[in-house]
Amino acid sequence: MDNVDLKLFNKIEALNPDINTCMACGLCTATCTAGNFTDMSFRKIILMLQRGKDKEAIELVKKCMMCGKCMMICSRGINTRNILLSITRIYNEEQNI
Amino acid sequence: MNEYRILIIGGGPAGMETAYQLKNLGLNPVIIERNDKLGGHLAQWDRLFPSSDSAETLLEKLKDQTKDIEKKLNAKISNITKEGNIFHVTLSNGIKYDAAAIVICTGFDLFKAEKKQEYGYGIYNNVITNAELEDYFKTHNDKRIDEPKRIGFVHCVGSRDVKVNNTYCSKVCCATALKQACEIKDEFPYADVYCFYMDLRMFGKGYEDLYLKAQKDFDIKCVRGRVCEVSENIEGKLVIKAEDTLLGTPMKMTLDLLVLMCGMEKSKSSNEIQKMLNINNNEDGFIETRDNFSGLNLTKEKGVFVAGACTSPKTLPDTIAEARAAAMEVFNYLKVNGQPSLVQ
Amino acid sequence: MIVEGKQKIWADYQKDIPDDHYFYVRSCIRQSFFPGSEVTFLDITRNKLGKDFYESAYHTTCGGIAYHSDSIPQETAMTIIARQFALMHESGYENYVCSCITSFGCYTETLETWHEFPELEAKIRQYLWDSCKKEFAKPKYLAHASDIIYKFRHEIAKQAKYKLVNAKTGEPLKVVEHIGCHYAKMFPSKGFGGAEYPHVLVGMIEAWGGEVVDYPERRQCCGFGFRQYFVQANRGYSLSNTYKKFESMEPYEPDLIITNCPGCPYFLDRWQYVIAEQTGKTYGKNGYGIPALTYEEVAGLVMGYNPWDLGLQMHQVAIEPLLDKMGIEYDPKAKYKGINGKDLGTPINPINIKLQ
Repeated sequence: MDNVDLKLFNKIEALNPDINTCMACGLCTATCTAGNFTDMSFRKIILMLQRGKDKEAIELVKKCMMCGKCMMICSRGINTRNILLSITRIYNEEQNI
Repeated sequence: MNEYRILIIGGGPAGMETAYQLKNLGLNPVIIERNDKLGGHLAQWDRLFPSSDSAETLLEKLKDQTKDIEKKLNAKISNITKEGNIFHVTLSNGIKYDAAAIVICTGFDLFKAEKKQEYGYGIYNNVITNAELEDYFKTHNDKRIDEPKRIGFVHCVGSRDVKVNNTYCSKVCCATALKQACEIKDEFPYADVYCFYMDLRMFGKGYEDLYLKAQKDFDIKCVRGRVCEVSENIEGKLVIKAEDTLLGTPMKMTLDLLVLMCGMEKSKSSNEIQKMLNINNNEDGFIETRDNFSGLNLTKEKGVFVAGACTSPKTLPDTIAEARAAAMEVFNYLKVNGQPSLVQ
Repeated sequence: MIVEGKQKIWADYQKDIPDDHYFYVRSCIRQSFFPGSEVTFLDITRNKLGKDFYESAYHTTCGGIAYHSDSIPQETAMTIIARQFALMHESGYENYVCSCITSFGCYTETLETWHEFPELEAKIRQYLWDSCKKEFAKPKYLAHASDIIYKFRHEIAKQAKYKLVNAKTGEPLKVVEHIGCHYAKMFPSKGFGGAEYPHVLVGMIEAWGGEVVDYPERRQCCGFGFRQYFVQANRGYSLSNTYKKFESMEPYEPDLIITNCPGCPYFLDRWQYVIAEQTGKTYGKNGYGIPALTYEEVAGLVMGYNPWDLGLQMHQVAIEPLLDKMGIEYDPKAKYKGINGKDLGTPINPINIKLQ
């Protein structure tokens, strides 16, 4: 963790403070439309970003279908849709620099 | 002589123990209970965690301690007014008391499982609650429990869940689930038993031993993941979905029986009384105490005390300890305020 | 299954639908997928139930597809919606009824968002004025067209010529109901019956004599899912989802699937062909599929409309076994004849699933 770059996570966190309230209960992944057919898992995306594994996180984000079921079920009330959209936006901005 | 009474509202474990200790301290308590018997939820339970001791033994002990204390069963408080330090209390049957102090011991309601619609309680036959399983252990009379081969327990039903507006942990469900899992395995040794948990909070005396016993002696499988939905297949078996979070994959499983570990909510029976006494709730819906450390039995109203699960989810040892502490707080209060026989 | 448990939930999720005078807006895609559905809806409500339904020729897309595919921002989608509300207002109506589930979801989301953030409503009001010189009034009532049929389901049953019953055996037909995700999954309180156990189609099935099938994957998406189908690389998900649903409903041997969304009947219908051609498996009897119909088509069948006027020849899965079960008379030779006897052409028979 000493050499990890958390720039992306910090930017996303600033926009979505609720990202830190995940307790990894797995409801998002259990209901996930895409997660039934791929390794997509919203809670893993959060964990990967928190650990600086940005590339792995983006690979999972690409598999999201934006169906919104994770937002409906999340027992911490996390705005999953907004987090996913800000990840793609911020990541794309960084790539363009 | 004791001129004034101490009114104990609620005849569950907290109320019974508080009354007993007050009597030991030379005061004159009266228990007001809305039901036709004492005991609260304890009277519905078969065995107690962590050691599966008989609930009835504890209940009988508490009852025995209060046998000489005045009780009003099937009683409802219709009015309370305060004059100086004295509460004038009227019951709905017209009986009146002048009380020097009131102890609210109204306890908890179990979370209504049907509120978690996705779990299908009241819709799918084989979805039952922790209280119903406990009743089965007592009576062995529940058609839904018929030689189940695969049983699931869902922890945190109505707890730690912003979607039902209960963000707190109900404290007792983890240990209850593992206790009930061992007991049902004992009854149906060939059954596979799964507990779906998020964190196993085995914090109390003997709880971690219960966890080890469940794994070692009863072969209970703990899956770290919250059940997201339940449905029924053509054979009437339950199909559940969850994420096996430690493996990181979604899982689907067919079960014969699903037990929902319903958490605690403050009992609605205290709402009217709180209005009469001007006592508020915390954000979590439980009764507000004066602070979170040394004032746990005190409210912001002088002469109004609290004990037990009406202020937060509590185990039985917690509740009994708190009831004793409440009795002491009442005693100390009366020495300073009002009860003439105590003011020397 | 304990029906009383569901009835309790259904009683909790009811909403007010006005009795008459509605502003009706069509769906972008339903008119080509199910060309008879919307016209049948208007014929039933106007001519059989005597209700006033008004349509505006200036109505456009609600922008829902672009919004859910992330190609337009929310403000743009809201301005398009504000324009539709302006058309309703100009026409002197205040009860807004839409044919499309995604539109219903977008309208609901917009109204709720404006309720929570009035400053956004003010901004959209300005955008609409700047772009179209129009002013809008919010609808007094918002309903999906299936809510209207639900409301009048018993009246339709009274006028019915046929029932959802096997005419030979007298047994009720086994009917799968499939609700569009955007009907109540976003705002459970806006749909009859809520999100977990919706009543809107169940009510129709029961009123018209059928028996509802509740199967394990009932709550799953049909497989359309905007990003699942529109992104070509993702179409495998779409198919897998549909396959999962059919595998789950198969043991119940359903006679019919009834839906209230533009996408669901289309995908539940067309993917049966793909599954049959890929795996050789069909889910109906004797090499047929399970017909997946819109609620308007089912209402039309029950009321005795000619199946070919309802556009049932446009379905991939053959409708004939269902017509035979219900005892509905039809002319097999007229299946591929359009208006005024125009020849529509006959499709080529697939290998594994029967077309007639």
